[in-house]
Amino acid sequence: MQATETATMPDARRALEICNACRYCEGFCAVFPAMERRREFPAADLGFLANLCHGCNGCYHACQYAPPHEWALNLPAALARVRHESWSETIRPAALRGLLRRPLAATAGAVLAAGLAALASAHGRATAHTGPGAFYAVIPLATLIALGAATLLFALLAMAASTLAAWRGLGGTPRSIHVLRALHDAATLKNLGGGGGLCPYPGERPSGARRHAHHALAGGFLLAFAATSVATIDEHVLGWHAPYPWLSLPVLLGTAGGVLMLAGAAGLIALKRLADPAPLAAETLAADQVLLWLLAAIAASGLALLALRETAAMPLLLVLHLALVLGLFVTMPFGKFLHAPHRFAALVRDAMERDSARS
Amino acid sequence: MDSLAQTPDVLVIGGGHAALAAAITARRLGASVLVAEAAPRPMRGGNTRHTRNLRAMHREPVGTLTGAYLEDEYWEDLQRVTHGQTDQALAQMTIRASAELVSFLAGCGVHFQPSLAGTLSLSRTNAFFLGGGKALLNALYREAARLGVAVRYEAPARAIAMRRGAIAEVVLAPSAGELRVAPRAVVAAAGGFQANIAWMREYWGDAAENFVIRGTPYARGEVLRLLLDGGCAPVGDPTQFHAIALDGRAPRFDGGIATRLDSVPFSIVVNRDGQRFYDEGEDLWPKRYAIWGRLIAQQPGQVAYSICDAPAARDFMPSVYPAVTAATIPDLARALGLDPLALAATVADYNAAVREGDFDPTVLDSCRTEGLAVAKTHWARRIETPPFVGYPLRPGITFTYLGVRVDATARVGLADGAAAENLFAAGEIMAGNILGRGYLAGFGMTIGGVFGRLAGEGAARHAGN
Repeated sequence: MQATETATMPDARRALEICNACRYCEGFCAVFPAMERRREFPAADLGFLANLCHGCNGCYHACQYAPPHEWALNLPAALARVRHESWSETIRPAALRGLLRRPLAATAGAVLAAGLAALASAHGRATAHTGPGAFYAVIPLATLIALGAATLLFALLAMAASTLAAWRGLGGTPRSIHVLRALHDAATLKNLGGGGGLCPYPGERPSGARRHAHHALAGGFLLAFAATSVATIDEHVLGWHAPYPWLSLPVLLGTAGGVLMLAGAAGLIALKRLADPAPLAAETLAADQVLLWLLAAIAASGLALLALRETAAMPLLLVLHLALVLGLFVTMPFGKFLHAPHRFAALVRDAMERDSARS
Repeated sequence: MDSLAQTPDVLVIGGGHAALAAAITARRLGASVLVAEAAPRPMRGGNTRHTRNLRAMHREPVGTLTGAYLEDEYWEDLQRVTHGQTDQALAQMTIRASAELVSFLAGCGVHFQPSLAGTLSLSRTNAFFLGGGKALLNALYREAARLGVAVRYEAPARAIAMRRGAIAEVVLAPSAGELRVAPRAVVAAAGGFQANIAWMREYWGDAAENFVIRGTPYARGEVLRLLLDGGCAPVGDPTQFHAIALDGRAPRFDGGIATRLDSVPFSIVVNRDGQRFYDEGEDLWPKRYAIWGRLIAQQPGQVAYSICDAPAARDFMPSVYPAVTAATIPDLARALGLDPLALAATVADYNAAVREGDFDPTVLDSCRTEGLAVAKTHWARRIETPPFVGYPLRPGITFTYLGVRVDATARVGLADGAAAENLFAAGEIMAGNILGRGYLAGFGMTIGGVFGRLAGEGAARHAGN
């Protein structure tokens, strides 16, 4: 597939052409060396550079051509717009493209639908269910697994299709070393490191705040996911039935994950409130906010479920938590979560390019 | 705050690297400091905003600097570009003091990066600021704020009450009203006068209207004029400036680095009459770019055109503006506003004179012309493969050489030979003491840093007595 030219691309191209004649920001992140490997910026390349940009805004505050200079250069905002459009253009199934611009409605609808599906399959009365198998007295285990697996599988397939569509614009096959380097860059958020100077987000002052908050959120998300995986193994392989004791592995992982997610999401939400609006693209922010609040709600409902699992609130909390998680899975392929696979693909491509530039 | 605004120990006039180095140094010595910057906050910092590195002496690899760069070599480099128009004692003091600048700036929160792609030749001699000069300024202003330096933006100095070298009062003129400041000592770090076109006209006449000013529009030289009128000793040739050839479509002010164009050695350059006027292949571009500003300033209309063909256009970094292209030389001439017959004749004569050699852009190669009145002595190749490529060129002024005389403590000298009592100077306003001619990459920032620190120290000590 040929990458599509979009309305926001001319401005990003103009910005990159100025940047390519200046290059003072070369040391900040991977975007600038990748830009310097090019003289022209076709649509697919713009999409790649836009997804390689982590939006730290360091280049904006260092820019001699930023407003009120007559060139009014604003690379982070221009790339944020292209990034958003690059997701929108590649969303699969394509019929869902418009939802990226209506993140609140899309997410609320998905959560509501998932909640109704969960309620329909629930035979819980509003009484406390305790002891082994209590959760499944509310929603049968098979239903839980079916709902979770189906939505997650949909999400993974749709996101893979979207990422592959973007990848095909540039082509090439990565080797395992490139994937490993990309994993390293993603796990360390190297490109939020500001080249040693720390990126300035949310303001002009060097700060590690966003990196730390994102580490907490992403790490918490992975721990929570691990908790679910361990619980599934306990359930199926070992025949132990949830709810698990406080000091069991799933509960410990889930608790740590939930607390980290909550802290990370709260941190990122707070940073967004403090953020200097100048280098941001306002039309892309709603999708960020909705995902952050959804992740915070998932973490909060999960922790509440753990704390109140022996009370009459358990069935309702279980349905709520399940609805939120399923809502996340369903909306992943047409919301902000797309940043994860697309940015990862950009990091892989960057590793490939760095490799061939060396040889 | 009111007392600081009106009677600071030290008033620093200017807001670039030299001014901030002076303010931070004076504050660290205990003085109360007010910085009066003419520009609004987003455009603060004078020409520092457009800089990217400084030249630092070092005995061994340190930070991003490779190898060693010792005093003798540094001094030889300076002598070569200035042709001796320098004050040897001041210059050598500056070179020695440059060894401390990287750690001073790092201590202010400035980060450095390896030399930028395409500037490998500078990796040994020049330390590059991560993010460039504006990032450096942001760090210096943060450090100044942390130390309690007061900064007033949009506050140009309009009058300086000076009697026999002693400044009693400086009148700042913010957008509304005026502010009378009676400091104990003053650091003048307000740059040169290249952005003052009326002043440039005094020496260059109408040609000054066609000069592009590469840096800040706030370098209007008002402080320099006040000091010279107040009895300070001048230094440097007032008619001279440093200029390079840049893309003729550059904005009048503030275009900075992105408007430079490196096409000259790979093209022919004609004036508005379609005639060549200088050997485009005389030497490697890093050694020649600085003379082309002057060469074009001396051509009619202060404009020139760089002409090459499609293969040659891949040999240099493009400017920020798209090349003008055409299928034939006459069409290119028309697109550039040149006489098609004149340009076609010039290209034909040139093509006929080219003697083929082994093209190598990294050395003085054997591609040259024979029999032309204006030879091209290297990198001469026929202009024959369409699309043909053209760029308009104009002189871009970097800085002026006129300044005030200073001694080795940055204290300003008076026309009668005495030294000013409480006036110090740093940066472009005094760089002509050391750099009377030519330029050495990163040396303006070195002078600013060294004299900024000296001026800050001198002013703080004077204020403390």
